[in-house]
Amino acid sequence: MKSKADYVIIGGGISGCSIAYNLAMQGAKNIVVIDKSYMTSGATGRCGAGVRQQWGTKMNCLLAKKSVEFFENAKEILQYEGDIEFKQEGYLIIASNENEAEQFKKNVALQNDLGIPSKVLTKEEALEIVPHLNPEQVHSATFCHTDGHLNPFTMTDAYYHAAKRLGVEFNFYTEVLDIETKAGKITAVSTDKGKIKTNVVVNAAGGWSKEIGALAGVELPVYSRNHEILVTEPVEKMQGPMVISFSHNIYCQQTPHGAFIMGRGDKDEPKSHTMRSTWQFLDKMSSTVCKLLPKIGELRVIRQWGGLYNMSPDHQPIIGGTKDLEGFYMACGFSGHGFMLAPMTGLLLSELILGKTPSMPMENLSLERFEGQDLDEIETSVV
Amino acid sequence: MDPKNVIICRCSDVTLEDLLELFKEGYSTFEELKRIKRVGMGPCQANTCGKMVQWEIAKYFNKPLEEVPFHNMRPFTMGVKLKSIKEQADEE
Repeated sequence: MKSKADYVIIGGGISGCSIAYNLAMQGAKNIVVIDKSYMTSGATGRCGAGVRQQWGTKMNCLLAKKSVEFFENAKEILQYEGDIEFKQEGYLIIASNENEAEQFKKNVALQNDLGIPSKVLTKEEALEIVPHLNPEQVHSATFCHTDGHLNPFTMTDAYYHAAKRLGVEFNFYTEVLDIETKAGKITAVSTDKGKIKTNVVVNAAGGWSKEIGALAGVELPVYSRNHEILVTEPVEKMQGPMVISFSHNIYCQQTPHGAFIMGRGDKDEPKSHTMRSTWQFLDKMSSTVCKLLPKIGELRVIRQWGGLYNMSPDHQPIIGGTKDLEGFYMACGFSGHGFMLAPMTGLLLSELILGKTPSMPMENLSLERFEGQDLDEIETSVV
Repeated sequence: MDPKNVIICRCSDVTLEDLLELFKEGYSTFEELKRIKRVGMGPCQANTCGKMVQWEIAKYFNKPLEEVPFHNMRPFTMGVKLKSIKEQADEE
């Protein structure tokens, strides 16, 4: 491990790997990535593997749209030999009632204004795309055909290999113990494998970003909570798009490999770092999927797990620096959607760190947006 | 025997040759192998291949078997239909 670095990135998930790659691509040298476990061991490797642009706030829409444009060419750009399994067969978002349908119409208008090709569908049109939907549970829907599936492991692996070729050093199974500062500036990061002198630290620690912030004396308005998910045995292709319903509290997609992945949120889940699997989740998940997509009830569950959503007050990420500590940057608070936004996370933060003009305005991503004021926009399209 | 003819994981169709290639690239833990190649992530949940993967890691990296961590085992032990779980939950 280097004893001196220009940039130390904490977190070997997709955000950390994308930030490392983007810094290196723009000519930065002496970049070190640290993770306390293996690559994608946190939220990246535990996510639902979905990529969508159908959001309810302008910021999330723009980040997602530009990220999808990157994913479409990622294999070539990153010169990755493996398969990132990007399947663009859409996200079908089900409206269960008139209220939801009204909100979704507004969302689609916003998305269309920003160039996202989503559209409102009637119940009949939705059933044509996913025939095994229970018609009684569908009022109408929205659909965006360029949304889809992406493999979190191989996509991160692609960033990792590209960053490594550009000289980035990765240290897995290495835990950060302290971030040393002097007179409002960062001086070093100490780990269980030794100390690295540096003036720049990037906090991309996902579920543990609040704790990493605390090590540097920076208080972050984020918290983590468990979010459970399961996967079935692989079967022949029977569903193209991801099906989501906010009112039923479910997302469910078939991966290109054939397995179905599905998850739900629990609003009563306490703040914590537990990643437990529970029978309560299984009962509710089974019941929901049998109601909305009855045919899928015939499939066998083979595995379940939990992962951490790192929640921010407005359910939109915090990407930027802080006036309280020079050289401290963060990409956290993704509220369950860090995987699909990673290309823009890496691009914007690296531009900011290197003193360039960011590719899009970042005020609404700043830590300062939470100071005192009422929040402009809160993302409600979250499972 | 040719490593490409030795099947390690029947569920995800992973051969010994696949594992050796990943070792060469630097992936050295069961957790990493699982995520890149799906070894041990099929319906049997590594109940068939788990020990073999552990053994091959030990052999390649010249470590005692007891120093090679087994993969993190998660529920379920065997597949159960979603419908059966729902029906059982309804009865309770």
